[in-house]
Amino acid sequence: MPDSDVPHPDADPSAWPSPEAAGPESSSPEASADDVPAVEASGSEEWKRVSPKYVIVEVVGSLVGTALFVAAFLVAYFLFDWWWALWAAIAVGAISLVTIAFEPRRVRSIGYRLRDDDLLFRRGIMYQRQVAVPYGRMQLVDVTRGPVARALGLADLKFVTAAAATAVSVPGLPIEDAERLRDELVALAESRRAGL
Amino acid sequence: MTAPVPPKTVTPLADGEWHRLHPASPLLRGGLVFIAVLGFVIANLRERIVDMFVFVFVPDLGDELDSNYGEWQNDWANDPVGAIVLNGQVGWALLAVAAVVIAVIVGFWLSWRMHTFRITGEAVEVRSGILFRSHRSARLDRVQGVNIARPLFARLFGTAKLDVSVAGQSGNVQLSYLASALADGLRADILRLASGARAERSKAAAPGVAGITVSVAGATDASMPVDAAGATDASVPGDVAVPGDPAGTGSPAASAHGPVSAVIGRRVDEFLAPELDPSLAPPASVVHLSVGRVIASTLLGGTTISILVFVAVIVVGIANGQSWVIFSFIPAVIGLVGYLWSRITKSLRYSIAGTPDGVRIGYGLLSTANQTIPPGRVHAVSVTQWILWRPFGWWSVKVNLAGQSMSASSEQAQRTIVLPVGSAADVGRVLALLLPESAGAVEPLVAVGLTGRGAGGGFTATPRRAAWLRPFSRRRIGWAAGSGVALFRTGALTRSLVLMPLARVQSVALSRGPVGRLLDLAAVRVHTVSGPVQVVLPVIETAEGRDLFERLAADAVTWAASDESHHWGAIARTEAPA
Repeated sequence: MPDSDVPHPDADPSAWPSPEAAGPESSSPEASADDVPAVEASGSEEWKRVSPKYVIVEVVGSLVGTALFVAAFLVAYFLFDWWWALWAAIAVGAISLVTIAFEPRRVRSIGYRLRDDDLLFRRGIMYQRQVAVPYGRMQLVDVTRGPVARALGLADLKFVTAAAATAVSVPGLPIEDAERLRDELVALAESRRAGL
Repeated sequence: MTAPVPPKTVTPLADGEWHRLHPASPLLRGGLVFIAVLGFVIANLRERIVDMFVFVFVPDLGDELDSNYGEWQNDWANDPVGAIVLNGQVGWALLAVAAVVIAVIVGFWLSWRMHTFRITGEAVEVRSGILFRSHRSARLDRVQGVNIARPLFARLFGTAKLDVSVAGQSGNVQLSYLASALADGLRADILRLASGARAERSKAAAPGVAGITVSVAGATDASMPVDAAGATDASVPGDVAVPGDPAGTGSPAASAHGPVSAVIGRRVDEFLAPELDPSLAPPASVVHLSVGRVIASTLLGGTTISILVFVAVIVVGIANGQSWVIFSFIPAVIGLVGYLWSRITKSLRYSIAGTPDGVRIGYGLLSTANQTIPPGRVHAVSVTQWILWRPFGWWSVKVNLAGQSMSASSEQAQRTIVLPVGSAADVGRVLALLLPESAGAVEPLVAVGLTGRGAGGGFTATPRRAAWLRPFSRRRIGWAAGSGVALFRTGALTRSLVLMPLARVQSVALSRGPVGRLLDLAAVRVHTVSGPVQVVLPVIETAEGRDLFERLAADAVTWAASDESHHWGAIARTEAPA
């Protein structure tokens, strides 16, 4: 799945004063509750996190992308003797490493919550985004799995509404959870079906 | 009008049977290109062909033309015509040409025979294709609008293209082409079937069925004479009807031998008739655009500025002896002038009116088109005013409709422009048509939203620090809500007011970037179907933004649950007895 392999634009951590670059295991829900535009819980449900293993998917994706870029620049450097290609390779490598260092933090910022009438989704540490999708507006729910995610038993859950801009995709769910959630949401969407 | 109306359709086409399109359709769809190519070839070969006739039939004149034969030579690659003549293969060549012509005619005929459509109580279906059959079906309860376009050539044939747009990209079902007047009636049929009125009527065929249903019947009656004229009008043999359809074949056959002058006269009448059938609309609600305003507003648009810039560049370039400037910029100027011209001609003879089946918008001088947006299909409305329009108080209104893709053709882009230019009073009238349930309640908010600044009049204010992100429009930015509509006011150079019917919200997003977090500011965006209108509030205090986000998310669910406008005929029935 190329779209899960590409480093997310959120990933630029240059200005972000990381309070805690903790590993995936310390994923307590309160840890980052202050820096995401979270709303106060109106339903009984808490924010749900995606699987900590999803960090591996992101890291592998970033590494592959970085390796390709660095290799291309190095080839350019050794074949054509373009000195700037070497600097570009170093820059890309350094940026990617910093990005990867913040990967666990970013993955922990991804959360979703099933409320009575809609699904809330949030992600991002630099560019925070929070979306509410009413169940009745879901046109289809998609489960996709990339090669790395499949090896780890994870899947992405994607929601499609009539608006292309909705773009809500919950990555890194354990496959059973993803399928259960999909069936649940489809049933909810069916019972709340509104026109367009 | 007073008696209960039997479920009668306007045209004989909406009876659930398969029908054919206008026989000229294949010609209009693709054949014109073929004819143009043929004409081009013949025009270019005319002298050669005359020479050849001389060569073949009057060989004695050969001496005079000898020099020409020398040039013809036996060169198949460069001059196949000359080679054919020299080799005495004229007969074969003519046979091949005849075969091609016959194949094309048979192809046209077959594609006409195989291209059928039917309109049932549930769907509009089209079958087409000779070798590769396709079968498209548009469910009536998903119909987002019915558009009729009459390109210039189609008008010469007295035909029109009917386009049933449904939600989804490229999901449209096209009936191209139909006899012009039949198209109007068929649209009324489709919309009436889609409104759910038919089911309601057959269920409760009681005289108490008042309101919309009766007025639909009224519209039906009013357009009957037009329809009859149309049926005879299009009666070039064959027409639209399937054999065995009495109404379709009967009357056309009778008048097929009518005087040609009468046909021409009718065509002229059609050409000059107003785009909007006056009998179908309450005239008070129609906005009229004067020619002067259309031209002036277009000339004051952004395109004119770029033309002036280009002209200045060209003049300066020539003055400095840089002749390359001419070649690189003049084509752009020509293109822009062409765009301006098409904008003007498309906005001429503009009309908008509320009909029982939705808002009907017609436009176009030479190629005319009109569309009907059924109630509850408007997903977002924007009212904008460019800075040069400000002294005149002109506004334009655009909408987001489902089934219009972002990368749409200019024809589709035109459909999202509901009011090309109009005064604030015109805007009010158009909004009343587009958002009939809430227009009255939001009218004072609209007045403030169009020109207002800062807090007051129901709109919120944006904190002073937002000037870091939006230096010019900070005081304009604000939101208000009323009666199922959220209003977002933005823009200083281009003033903009977006009205978002909450029943059409697809999802809501709250986002914040690094600068926004430093300033404690966020942005709220409402997602709708794609179109020219972006429903965004670019800056808002974070706490307020969260409240707005929550409120929009909750209201979206509430209003969507109570919304029944997609079955507008059914609503009218339930409301009528009360």
